[in-house]
Amino acid sequence: MTIPEEFKYTKEHEWLCSEQDHFVVGITAHAQEQLGDVVFVELPEVGSRVKQGESFGSVESVKAVNDLYAPVSGEVIEINEQLADNAALVNEDPYGKGWLIKVKRTDDHNEDGNLLSAADYKKLLDG
Amino acid sequence: MDNSSDLHTPLYDLLREYGGRFVNFAGWQMPVQFTGIIAEHQAVRNAVGIFDVSHMGELLVEGPDAFKALDFVVTNSIGRMQDGKALYTLMCLPTGGIVDDIIIYREAADRYFICANASRKDVDFAHLRQATAKFRCKIFDCSNEYAQLALQGPKAAALLTKLSKLDVKSLSNFTFCDATVANIDSVRVARTGYTGEDGFELYCAPKDAVELFSAILKVGADYGLMLCGLGARDTLRLEMKYSLYGNDIDTECNPIEAGLEWAVKLNKGDFIGREALIVETQEKPKRKLIGFKMVGRGIPRHGYDINFNGEKVGVVTSGTHSPTLNVPIGIGYVPTSVAAIGTNIDIIIRDREVSAVIVETPFYQRAKHDYS
Repeated sequence: MTIPEEFKYTKEHEWLCSEQDHFVVGITAHAQEQLGDVVFVELPEVGSRVKQGESFGSVESVKAVNDLYAPVSGEVIEINEQLADNAALVNEDPYGKGWLIKVKRTDDHNEDGNLLSAADYKKLLDG
Repeated sequence: MDNSSDLHTPLYDLLREYGGRFVNFAGWQMPVQFTGIIAEHQAVRNAVGIFDVSHMGELLVEGPDAFKALDFVVTNSIGRMQDGKALYTLMCLPTGGIVDDIIIYREAADRYFICANASRKDVDFAHLRQATAKFRCKIFDCSNEYAQLALQGPKAAALLTKLSKLDVKSLSNFTFCDATVANIDSVRVARTGYTGEDGFELYCAPKDAVELFSAILKVGADYGLMLCGLGARDTLRLEMKYSLYGNDIDTECNPIEAGLEWAVKLNKGDFIGREALIVETQEKPKRKLIGFKMVGRGIPRHGYDINFNGEKVGVVTSGTHSPTLNVPIGIGYVPTSVAAIGTNIDIIIRDREVSAVIVETPFYQRAKHDYS
């Protein structure tokens, strides 16, 4: 199971990647595998606010719908428009073309303790 | 994996080796998918797929009054059945509520084999025993004597021909026979299924299940055979608007409103539920099970509300993303007054009204093939 070293993770299987002045958010390879074929992703509007630990959208596979939880608080500055036509990108490339949203963070310090390192996330999966 | 149920089919260990992802279904550990629901679904539509459906129940009605007893319990007419014929039918309560939907196989005039839903098998057995007490027949629960495989898809017949001397051409839709398949004697081969494709349901002794399954897999490689789970079974049956007991039909709904009136023969003579169903037919059902396609974005799921002009009028009983049509589809009950094809409705998806439109069903119709 791929778990990029440089990313941060949530217990709900989202990943977070720092990129210039913002963060990119997606779901992990483990999450997409558990979901199965992803056919629809509901994402927030650009400009809306997300709060760490709260739902910002949903991802639907053929069988089930799951909430997406924000790894950090901030403003949504971009959403992955390609998912509207091809939600399967989440399955095919969860850490790349299957990213979900980009967030400009509003809290720089207090939330870090709630995020997992790659090693901790691996421990969670190995459970 | 959910381990809260411990009923395993004879294929459980083998299917785990093949990477099946298991879920609890009606007390059984059953594979929901192997490769992925969409790929498995498409394999059945375009080539062939195999399902372990050994969780299904098998009952036997036997005795000199077997015909009379069964005809009194089920809604369809078994009077025209001949040996080797299969029939879809329902068992109802006196209220018209559906006890189960079953397939009856006539072995002889005094012997009928029944395939029942896994979740309803014990209820069916008790219902049959009680309802036929005055007749000279016995009801047997023989579920432990059978494993069941479903081989479904346009290439199923060709694959089966490779494994059996059976004249597949002679086995028309909804007929069955006992044959030797993959050198295993006494496999019941029925040209039936739950996917909308041509295909077969194979009943064998549990001890033979792994050997039969493995033989099919081996030969199946040449036909594009895929291992399929209950996930694909659900999307396939929903594209056909085949009812799922517990989702779309139950004791609180009757066959007329469920669109299953074709399996109810009110003129055949007395049967349990007949009077209620005559009234329902004459007065027209107050609600109907309709099919809809989503217009807006979102996937309908079991239990979601259906709105019409801003007011709740019904509930989604089954919904999914249709792999064949590539749109979300669903079925649900709405008042007859809003059930017309083309009516715009809304599905309440996570507190949002999302547009949908009532459409003709089945959602999918298979292409005409020469399946012989």
